[in-house]
Parts: sequence; structure tokens; C-alpha cells
Amino acid sequence: MANLYKETPELKFHLNHPMMKHLVELKERNFAEKDSFDYAPQNFEDAMDSYDKILELTGEICSDIIAPNAEDVDHDGPQVVNGHVVYAPGTAKNLEALVDAGLMGITLPRKYNGLNFPIVPYVMCADLVSTCDAGFTNIWGLQDCAETIHEFASEDQKARFLPRVSAGETMAMDLTEPDAGSDLQAVMLKATYNESDGYWYLNGVKRFITNGDGDIALVLARSEEGTHDGRGLSMFIYDKKNGGVTVRRIENKMGIKGSPTCELVFKNARAELCGDRKLGLIKYVMSLMNGARLGIVAQSVGLSQAAYNEAKTYAKDRCQFGKAIIEFPAVYQMLGLIKAKLDASRSILYETARFVDLYKTWGQISEERKLEPAERDEMKKYQKLADACTPVAKGITSEFCNQNAYDCVQIHGGSGFMKDYACERIYRDARITSIYEGTTQLQVVAAIRHVTTGTYLNMMRQYENEEVAPELEDLRETLKGLTDTYESSVAEVLAFKNNDYIDFQARRLVEMAGYIIMSHLLLIDATRDKQFRLSAEIFVQFTEGEIAKHAGIIAAGKPEEMTKYTKCMLSNA
Amino acid sequence: MSLNILVLAKQVPDTRNVGKDAMTAEGTVNRAALAAIFNPEDLNALEQALRLKDQNPGTTVTVLTMGPFRAAEIIRESLYRGADKGFVLSDRAFAGSDTLATSYALSCAIRNLGNIDLIICGRQAIDGDTAQVGPQVAEKLGMNQITYAEEIQSVKNDIIRVKRRVEKGIEILEGPLPMLVTVNGTAAPCRPRNAKLLMKYKYARIPNELQASNEDYTTLCNSRDFLQIGEWSVNDIVCDNSELGLSGSPTKVKKIENVVFQAKESKTFTASDNDIESLIQELISNHTIG
Repeated sequence: MANLYKETPELKFHLNHPMMKHLVELKERNFAEKDSFDYAPQNFEDAMDSYDKILELTGEICSDIIAPNAEDVDHDGPQVVNGHVVYAPGTAKNLEALVDAGLMGITLPRKYNGLNFPIVPYVMCADLVSTCDAGFTNIWGLQDCAETIHEFASEDQKARFLPRVSAGETMAMDLTEPDAGSDLQAVMLKATYNESDGYWYLNGVKRFITNGDGDIALVLARSEEGTHDGRGLSMFIYDKKNGGVTVRRIENKMGIKGSPTCELVFKNARAELCGDRKLGLIKYVMSLMNGARLGIVAQSVGLSQAAYNEAKTYAKDRCQFGKAIIEFPAVYQMLGLIKAKLDASRSILYETARFVDLYKTWGQISEERKLEPAERDEMKKYQKLADACTPVAKGITSEFCNQNAYDCVQIHGGSGFMKDYACERIYRDARITSIYEGTTQLQVVAAIRHVTTGTYLNMMRQYENEEVAPELEDLRETLKGLTDTYESSVAEVLAFKNNDYIDFQARRLVEMAGYIIMSHLLLIDATRDKQFRLSAEIFVQFTEGEIAKHAGIIAAGKPEEMTKYTKCMLSNA
Repeated sequence: MSLNILVLAKQVPDTRNVGKDAMTAEGTVNRAALAAIFNPEDLNALEQALRLKDQNPGTTVTVLTMGPFRAAEIIRESLYRGADKGFVLSDRAFAGSDTLATSYALSCAIRNLGNIDLIICGRQAIDGDTAQVGPQVAEKLGMNQITYAEEIQSVKNDIIRVKRRVEKGIEILEGPLPMLVTVNGTAAPCRPRNAKLLMKYKYARIPNELQASNEDYTTLCNSRDFLQIGEWSVNDIVCDNSELGLSGSPTKVKKIENVVFQAKESKTFTASDNDIESLIQELISNHTIG
């Protein structure tokens, strides 16, 4: 029987990372629930065995149900019927299978009927689902929103909503509006408090809402009349059972067509406040988005895996000039680079997931008891690393999955341009990853402070001290040299003391940092397992080329350069 | 109403995915080369049982399998999907059983379980393809039976309503409990394993498995009743030993041969007596029949 988890041994490799022992012991509070819940792990080995088994279960559903449905789902898409979404038949079947399998509320505590899994194995499930149907990952993966309720809502709200998520109800996060996309401070949806019944009522329009007709939605709305910025926004929980929200239309999209992207009309929709007033954007959305961004990294990795699988299969099968096209340098070079970018993407995905896991788990523990100073330091350390890694991972892996999908179509030649092969769908599905949950350009905005403050440089220098296999020493020396180049480029840009110029060069600097960090991660992976050796070599080579290109442009650059670009636009006007 | 349901299930070699080493030189199935799986139609049967359990609170679903110790895997797979408990009927005395001896052993074991409202089993197993065991069990227990079921539509006031797939359509039948129902592969597929149940029951073992392995979880199994899968040997059932195993199996295999289907030209016959007569003559002359 086909099983995507077994066919992707890289996942088990990342699952067995040495840091998992510490992480699992924290997450399970030293296995305190082992006698109170019959499905709680007895010890570390038992927990790891359970993660492995649940991933195998996910892989089975992926191979048997989600992958075979993907083409029809892409074709059929969801519909609006009487103001509500009806999923494509394949989507409904996928969801039913995952709900029956209990793969909802994966990271929620057991007291809310969750599985209490760390984020790492949950993200692995998302990685698998995305390889089969990236659009479907959105519907299923929005269970992430439950984390925000778990983190910020009242005990009563948690008790009412979280078990419903574990039982299979879907979620949505209603943020974007026609005039508030990247700039969420402009959100206008009005929230009015009704003294007589103690509820809030929402009025207005939301746009581009993924799974907008989900059962439970987190809604960003303006609770403070007369305000115009982010400080007047609060977070609300809307329960579809109460009514008041209708779907006006579903967008006709380029890709992820099975995932309903909705325009929503709120007419006196009853809702309840989540957390404190005025913290909606500045605190809760930031947390929500960080989780969602990690989800997009998983989606990007899954799509890269799909692109690699499809390209490799086709290149082995397709014969031209009397041999399989995989034997031609032009083709195997592309395939090798797809694999290297895929492996590098997966490495930073799980490194980031571990950082997020550790700081979030310490955060949860801090609600139960006061942390010791050393524990608090560890939480802060991982929070900083998670904050630094999330935007660079989101930015680079989503761009990589687009490049990989592009190359996958290219390897298919004319056939890839037809609707007959999956690569065409993968190509369209990939396109959104570098746009939603913050465009690549906005990831650069979030990441650049870690360039200027030296977080990335410190990370690189730390990774330089990790043990690597003797045969990889040369590659590490190369990376040390590249880090020196990066350091110089950063200094060159900062020397002008011009913030616009930093923004102008920001993407180059962030990419340099990201590529070097990902190279280090691949060296560490290749030390643990030889299967990553070649990817490490290819990726370091790729990094060398990119660093040389960026460093060259930066070395020759100066703030006056920027006017070339602004003037060029004026002259064309 | 709460029901007491028994599902009969069999572990079979996966004959759907046969490689070139699937048959031995002697023409018998090379079991070592084939993965042992849950007989597909028994999974359809389990799903029907679990649906009745979903609809009828208080219902228990018990699974019984006959086979070697490793057939305990069938019970675990059932528990992961929502069954309540299971038993493995295992003894060398059962070795070599044909369908008659198998149904005899199973019916003796079923008597151990007390009052059963409903027995559900797959139509047939993919290794033998006889479709005999279910009906024979019903016969031996003196139960009514409905074969080739596609859906158990309801159980109300001790009356079961079943949609049955027959050659030229469907039949809807009703009958009084207790009843044995055999289920077709065209029935709803079985639900996936459930994550929590998988984690709950992954250490469920029969006593023989615990003894045979060096598992660290023996203490855990012994302290949790739900991890103990029942194991019955010939000594645990009331039976006549001469009706078990090889001695209880009148089926004698004369010869096994590999048949290779070769597509040749087709012929069309009308329904006229002449055409049918000439076809019969042709089949007799080439020894296809007769």
C-alpha cells in the first residue's frame, strides 16, 4: 500500500532530531498525564512512537484519499449555495477522513480532547497533506487558529470552543478587507457592544477569507469608535451557529482552487471578545500570523516535494534522443537543484518549528507556574530565534517552491503546459505561497532587523561551532568565508546610515543570511545522515553563487542608485 | 437499542499485490512473500458494525479472528477503528482447516460469547474466495442469514433491514434478530484508524505475544484491561476435536496449477438453441466442461 510518509524518509529523519527529547519532555510535563489519559505517552520513546504512528496514518490517508482526489478538487472547486460554502465532493471526503482519523486539534491539550502533540509532528502532517493537495491544507490547517484561542481566550471560551475544533469543526481567520490587505491597521469592520445582552455585534465586509464559512472564526474588527489605526482593533470569536455572516462570493483563483476564498458580509453578527480590547492587531494577529506563516512554510515544502516527485518520475520515464531525459546534464542539473532547495527548505522548516515549539511550550508552562530564571532565558532565546527564522523561512521556502514548480513544468516540456500532468496544478498552487500571510517583500521587512541587529550573524557563528563530519569540513570553511562576505555587505549597507537604502538592499541581505543558515543546517543534517550529503554540496554551491552576486551588487551600490529606479518610472509615466 | 455485535475477520495474504515470488514451485501460496492484511471485505463488515454502534448507544462491537498469534494484529486494527474488544482463536489443532472445519471452530467459539444479536462478516476472503464460512457459521448456530449485503439500513425492534446486492439489482430484506450478515466489497469502505484509539491500543496484546517478545510494556498491559486481547485455544471452547483441522476438513485438493489467462478472439452467440448447442459441443470437445 502506498504511504507518503514511508516514501518520504526525510520526515522521520527530522522527527528524530536530538532536540526532540528535551522538547517532548517539556511538552508532556515529564509525562504527567500518562495515567490520566489512556492515549497519553508513558515516556519519550512511547511519545516518539506515537508521533511516528500518527504520521504513518496521515501518510496513508494522503496516499489513499487526498492525492487521488486532488485533480477533481482542483477542477470542481467549492460553490456558494444560499450564502454558504459547499466544498467540492473530494474536499468533503478528505475532511471526513481526517476528522474520522482524529487528526484535528493535534496540538491542543488533552483536556480539550486534543492530541497534545508538539508543533513539529503537526507541521509534518501539514507537510504531507500539502504534497498531495496544497489547497486542502488550508482548510484542515486552519485548526492553527485554535492555538490563538488557547493562548489568549478565557477559560470559559477555551472550554466551549476548543473541544469543537478537536471534534472536527473547521476554522477561519477573518482579517483582510477590500482596503486592508498588507496594511491591517486600516481594518474597518465595525464591532458594537450591546450593553443589554453583553455581546458584540459585527457589521461590514471581509475579503479574501480562506475557508470563510468555517464553523468558528477569529475576526479582527474595530471596537473603538473614532480610531483609525491598529490600536482600535480587537479580536472576536464568531460562531457560525449564531448566524449573521453570509458568503457573498467565492473568488475565482489561479491556484489552490479547492480552498474557498470568500467575501463575507457581516450583518449584526453576534460575536464575543477574545482576550483584551485593543490588542487585536498588535498582539493577537501577530501571534496568529506567526503560526500561519509556519503553516505556509510547510505548504511550500510539501509543494516542493510534489514538484520534485513529479519531475523525477517524468524525467525517468520520458525518452528523447534514445534515452531517458534524466540522463541529460541540463535536466539532472535542474532536478539536483530542486532536491537541494527542497532539503534546505525542510531543514529550516523543522528548525523553526522546534524553536516555536520550545518557546510556546515554555509560555504554556509559565501560565502554570513561575519559571526559573534559566527557564525564562531559554524561552526568550527560542522566541528570538523563532522570530528571526519565521520570516526568512517563509520568504525563502515559498520562493523556492515557486522556482521548483517552474522547473518541474520545464522538465515536462510541452506536456507540462497541458492540463494532463499534475505539475501544472502544482505550478498554480505554488504561486500563492509567496503572497499570502505576508508577501516575500513583507517577510523581508520583518527579517531585516535581524540583519541589522546581528541575530542572523550570531546564528551563523553558532552553527559554525556545531560538529560536522570530517568530509564536510571544506564546505564549512566555505561557509565561514561566505559569512565574512555577508558581514561586509551588511556593514557596507549600514555605513550609509540611510534607512531607505537599507530597505532597498534588504532582500539581498536577507537572502544572503537565509541561504547561509540553510547551508549550515544541511551540513548538520548531512553529518547525521549521509542521504543529505549531495544536497548539502549542491546547496552550498548555489549559496556561493548567490552570495557572490548579491555582494557584488551591494559593493558597487550606493543610495544614489535608488533614484535610477524612481526616475525610470517617472520617465515612463 | 443497544446491540451486541460480533464481527468475524480474517488475516489474509495480500493477494491483490502479488509479485513474481507469490507462488511456490509447488503451486501453493508463498505466504512469506505476501504481506498479511485485514481481509478487505471484513473491513467493510467492520464498518457496518461501527455504524450501528454510532447509531445505537450502548452497542458493543466484538471481533473474533481465527489464525496464528500474529492475527492479533487484526484485533488491534479493529480496536484502532472503534471496536470494543476482540478474541483470537489460535491453536495448532485448527491447522489445515477447510471452510467446514473453520466454521465449526468459529461457531463453537461464538457460543462462548453468550447472546449475540448480530454477526457481521465479509462475503469472502481474498485467499480462498469461497464465501462459505459466513453461511456455514449461521447454519451451525441455527441463525438466520442475509448474504451479499451492501448496507445495513436499520435495526429497530429486533428487526434488521438490509440492502442486498444481487446479480441484477438490489433487494431490501428484513428479518428478525439474531442474524448473520455477510457484506460485499461494494459496501461503504471502512473508516480510517483513529489517532487517539491508535495511541490507546497500540500495546494491546494476546498473552502469547507478550510472552514471545521482550517488550517493555508487559506491566502496562497487565495493569490495563483494555490492552488485553482475549486468546482462546482448543481447550477454551467446547467442541469435538475430530471436527477440527485437517481431520474435520473433507475438502481435498487434487491439484493446483497456474492458469494464465490468454486473450484470444471473441465469438458472439445468439440465444438460439442451435447456437447454444454448438457452444456446448465446443466446450465439451476442448474439455472446458464435462
